[in-house]
Amino acid sequence: MTVNLTLALTAAALLGCGTYLVLERSLTRVLVGLVMIGNGTSIAFLVAGGPSGRAPIVAKDGDTTGLSDPLPQAMVLTAIVIMLATVAFVLAMAYRSWQLNGHDDVQDDVEDDIIRRLATSDVTSEAYEATTSDFPGDDSSGDPGQGPDDDPLVADEAEIRS
Amino acid sequence: MNALVPLPVLLPVLGAGASLALLHHPRIQRWLSLGVLSAVVVIAAVLLVEADRSGPQTVWIGAWPETLGIVLVADRLAALMLLVSAVVTLAVLAYSVGQGMTEDEEGAPISIYHPTFLVLVAGVANAFLAGDLFNLFVSFEMLLFASYVLLTLGGTAARIRAGTIYVLVNLLSSTLFLISIAVTYAATGTLTLAHLTQRLAELPDHVSLMIQLMLLTTFAIKAAVFPLSLWLPDSYPTAPAPVTAVFAGLLTKVGVYAILRVQTLLFPYSPLTDLLLCAALLTMIVGILGAIAQSDIKRMLSFTLVSHIGYLILGVALASRAGTAGTTFYVVHHITIQTALFLVLGLVERRAGSTALMRIGGLARIAPLLAVLFFVPAMNLAGIPPFSGFIGKVGLFQAAQADGGWLAWTLVGAGAVTSLLTLYAVAKTWAVAFWRTPLEAHEALEAIGADAAVPGHDTHARQHRGHVHTAQGTVSRTDIEEARRLEDDDAPDRDFHKLIEAGEDNRHSPLGMLVPAAALVAVSVALTVVAGPLYALGTRAADDLHDRTAYLTSVLTEEQP
Repeated sequence: MTVNLTLALTAAALLGCGTYLVLERSLTRVLVGLVMIGNGTSIAFLVAGGPSGRAPIVAKDGDTTGLSDPLPQAMVLTAIVIMLATVAFVLAMAYRSWQLNGHDDVQDDVEDDIIRRLATSDVTSEAYEATTSDFPGDDSSGDPGQGPDDDPLVADEAEIRS
Repeated sequence: MNALVPLPVLLPVLGAGASLALLHHPRIQRWLSLGVLSAVVVIAAVLLVEADRSGPQTVWIGAWPETLGIVLVADRLAALMLLVSAVVTLAVLAYSVGQGMTEDEEGAPISIYHPTFLVLVAGVANAFLAGDLFNLFVSFEMLLFASYVLLTLGGTAARIRAGTIYVLVNLLSSTLFLISIAVTYAATGTLTLAHLTQRLAELPDHVSLMIQLMLLTTFAIKAAVFPLSLWLPDSYPTAPAPVTAVFAGLLTKVGVYAILRVQTLLFPYSPLTDLLLCAALLTMIVGILGAIAQSDIKRMLSFTLVSHIGYLILGVALASRAGTAGTTFYVVHHITIQTALFLVLGLVERRAGSTALMRIGGLARIAPLLAVLFFVPAMNLAGIPPFSGFIGKVGLFQAAQADGGWLAWTLVGAGAVTSLLTLYAVAKTWAVAFWRTPLEAHEALEAIGADAAVPGHDTHARQHRGHVHTAQGTVSRTDIEEARRLEDDDAPDRDFHKLIEAGEDNRHSPLGMLVPAAALVAVSVALTVVAGPLYALGTRAADDLHDRTAYLTSVLTEEQP
């Protein structure tokens, strides 16, 4: 099979740029990236279909020489339709996100955040234990600005608390 | 009997259309979708019997000549998966009808629920029946699109946040699937699985390996195999209970099914055992460690879901008949059990107002029926001896032991550890949510309320360095603060004790929710009772998959109608 180099390079460029955009935080940019990737994939299908030829319509005499392969075209059409629906859905989601939050950034998971903070505070409480003498009771009753604020970990902890 | 094969896809799609047309008649809509799904259960059962008795049932849609047509195949594995998924979706639909999906959803276009659910069912059925790669892609898109809508139902902030991650991850995996389809077509000129079996083997090794890895990556994202599983626990728990239940039960298993199909049918000469075993190992261990860290039952279960995918991959990785049989049995077990647990959890959430461990307690005494319904599948999930979870794990361990490699033995050890840690995770849930009293839960929460007001020694609960110590153990303070602050639609900012005191707890679990959940738990117990014949069926399905001749003859001779 011979490969049309221009098409292959176009597909590669689209996929590369799309991947870059997908790594952004804003949902609209991610969407543009996905559309580029989708288009790159469609072009990849054209490459996969082999050399171009006549329209794949079999004439009355049954002559099939020089026809282009109809199957990748059918698949690309399906993929384009699916892509269209996806774009509409993601746009709706970006709009709803903007309505709710005033931005359309992809957000971190809330629970993950809690668990991450738990881990941090576990580390800091041990560090705190090590730097101070044994004292029982409530660590938050005192002014956080007092005493151990030269310890960056504890300052961190105070920040998390606030 | 061949005429039955397209029906599990056709009926739900037609039903979805009809139920869209009946948007303003919710009652008819409900009965229509229940009727359609019941019919699918019957058809799937007939197909299974037929496939078991007289071999794979094959239909070339539209009688197109040669390689242009789309083929649907119901062999033993596909028919079995079809039957299980039909039973599970029927239970979930009945449950959501009982829940009256309308009431707790603010301004949600709820009449959309039934058509979307039916499209999801059609997509899942099509994925099981698909006989070519592109049809598989289309069915993935069908079920994914339905799942996008179901996951973001109502468009609340939490669901949009979770939905964004879910949609983007799945879009990427779909794109990767498309690219691998393009590559496969460029290399072989066909996408029908039966034709690919011959042509892929003729390709140079590196080309076929690349195609295999691309397909496996795609399916691993869907199946939530470890490095590609991180999207799952973030997105599933925010959906309404029945939606989470059907996602957890079915969607990941469709990915596992695709992996199993591709590995046995297309690439039997390249089992990639070591790679898949490592993936299975990491999936199990990382998943279950995540489950232990969680403070919400829904999220804990989502992590156990990920970790138990590891068992399924273990069976596939071994590439032996015993391994495949084990996976087949375990898939059936796990679909039922995971869905049942999430359904029961929906009832718990309704009864206690939350699934955050911080806020609930005492359910064993207050709602003994719920406690039993939770306890049985939870023990089953952990693999306690009489249950099907134990049988499935033993089957997989025996297959691994027959393999004999050191990695396989490591997997046996890891599987046992994962099973124990699952027991620990569900036991912790049991002790906190069901065993302690709501008052104890309330005190632990309350202790953190006024910082200075709690001197430390006078009450049961005492704070110390960011943790609150109660009679039951240590609870992290940030965790509690977070639990108090959370104000999403599903969980009002009150703990169970306050709800009871105010008399605002939901004493009444509607029968319409209770019966489907109980029925599914009963089915999961019944799997233990019929484990012998079921495992035998799994073994026959595995033989089919590894022999390939039955599948290939059926597809290739049906070709010329």
